[in-house]
Amino acid sequence: MNQKGRRFLYNDNTVGYVFAMPFIVGFLCFTIIPMGVSLYFSFTKYNMLSHPVFVGVRNYIRIFTDDARFPKSIRVTFFYVVVSVILKLSFALLVAVLLTRKAKFLGFYRSIYYLPSLVGGSVSVALVWKQLFATKGLFNNLRVAMGLSRLSWFGDPKLAIWPLILMSVWQFGSSMIIFAAGLKQIPTTYYEAATIDGAGAVRRFFSITLPCLSPVILFNLIMQMITGFMSFTQVYIISNGTGDPNDATNFIALYTYNQAFKYNDMGYASAIAWVLLVIISIVTYVLFRTSHHWVFYGNE
Amino acid sequence: MRTHKILHGIIYHALILTLGLVMIYPVVWMVMGSFKNNTEILNGIALFPASFHMTNYVNGWKGFGRITFATFFANSFYITILSTIGTTISSALVAYAFCRIPFKGKKIWFTCMLSTLMLPSQLVLIPQYIIFMKLHMINTYVPLVLPHFLGQAFFIYMMMQFMEGIPKELDEAAFIDGCSKYSIFTRIIFPLLSPALITTVIIQFYWKWDEFLQPLIYLNKPAKYPASIAIKMFADASSTTDYGAMFAMSSLALIPVFCIFLFFNRYLMEGISTSGLKG
Repeated sequence: MNQKGRRFLYNDNTVGYVFAMPFIVGFLCFTIIPMGVSLYFSFTKYNMLSHPVFVGVRNYIRIFTDDARFPKSIRVTFFYVVVSVILKLSFALLVAVLLTRKAKFLGFYRSIYYLPSLVGGSVSVALVWKQLFATKGLFNNLRVAMGLSRLSWFGDPKLAIWPLILMSVWQFGSSMIIFAAGLKQIPTTYYEAATIDGAGAVRRFFSITLPCLSPVILFNLIMQMITGFMSFTQVYIISNGTGDPNDATNFIALYTYNQAFKYNDMGYASAIAWVLLVIISIVTYVLFRTSHHWVFYGNE
Repeated sequence: MRTHKILHGIIYHALILTLGLVMIYPVVWMVMGSFKNNTEILNGIALFPASFHMTNYVNGWKGFGRITFATFFANSFYITILSTIGTTISSALVAYAFCRIPFKGKKIWFTCMLSTLMLPSQLVLIPQYIIFMKLHMINTYVPLVLPHFLGQAFFIYMMMQFMEGIPKELDEAAFIDGCSKYSIFTRIIFPLLSPALITTVIIQFYWKWDEFLQPLIYLNKPAKYPASIAIKMFADASSTTDYGAMFAMSSLALIPVFCIFLFFNRYLMEGISTSGLKG
């Protein structure tokens, strides 16, 4: 190889782009181009059989004025995300704190609590969940044993979302591990000093643990929120892809899927996906913007 | 005072252990269910079966319409192993570029990568499906596997964080000895990256193994189905559900994940705590 080719090959820019090439190609082909295509589709009527027909903002108008299922889907999804994320993170933090004291078998306990997170995304566990909450399932049998009546968990619109929330909370393990790693970073001298000053366990938790952990909480909050907004497999399995009863579990991810792949309404589904992106962006932005009120970074 | 402390310890461990048992109960119940007959599953409160039957495994394994679970599991392994290899190698390459090489436009590309972490997958799912359909790739594994060979943002980020911990002096010493930036990667960075690579392999393996939405969309020939979709077929409304067989195959599908859990737990925990992956 001649001198010039060599210099080109070993130039930092060349090396950088050679190594980053997989990502760049993937980003263009599987993110940017699809996003552009999706944006275009969202302004069309397209059923995959004929060519897309441009309809302007009609899909968006339909979303906000002419589709009662959409606002309901958003309400249901928000309820699910807010309740399950708050419960999940509270549990995760509580157990993480319980498991930081110097005791035996900590690694073993952590593993047990982590196991549901590991298997929770699988079809198998969703099917088990469906059976646990069935009319003659474990939860109803427990209720009967306690002298209560059987409930139709998946038949009653008021109840149907709770098994799903419980399933999400049950998978608090990975948030717990992240909290545990964060707790390790808090210098023990803080606690020692506080104890000498007479602070009790509760006071130490609220004045030291929570503020020191707040960046980790923000991180967990955002990640879990996004996961929640996109949750699909569990609700698809449990409601058999319908979002029943009466759309009570018609999560936005499921609704988009059905619009696209059941009703073949690709244009409308794309418009919904864009609205979802805007909603997630706004929530994330608000969380970040308000975070300086409650997130404390070191050296401040 | 001492008895008080011991009592405190007992209560603590009893509490943690009880809660732990409640946590793993659904999974244990499923595995036990795979040995029960259907009436026992539907009506019984008892956790353990009256007697252990293997019939569910025999019936379940037969699968659907002449396609046995041998095919479904083979499909799952094929998809999962290819994707995992792809993710690991491509993400390591990209992480090296972002972490060690100062090139033009690096900041922009890095920002792009981080933003894909937050992008809802629904947004690109529909156009991706249409593109693959136009390319006649429905019912092939290309749509499921190909994206993994182009780097996965989550793992790139995790590997970058690990790479920060590899001393830059090693690169410099190798450079002075005449190593190019290419061979610095193959001879120094890649071998030293192995803990992060193992973590990637493990996490990507079990994510892909559990994957449901993508195969649901891209595959509609049962012979192509991975185990996750096949198991769902037990519960399809058209026939009465054979719960025993369903739980038997579900239990088998969890074995690879359990193995990871048993043998690679340490890497899993480290992976989560350094980069904070979702559950």
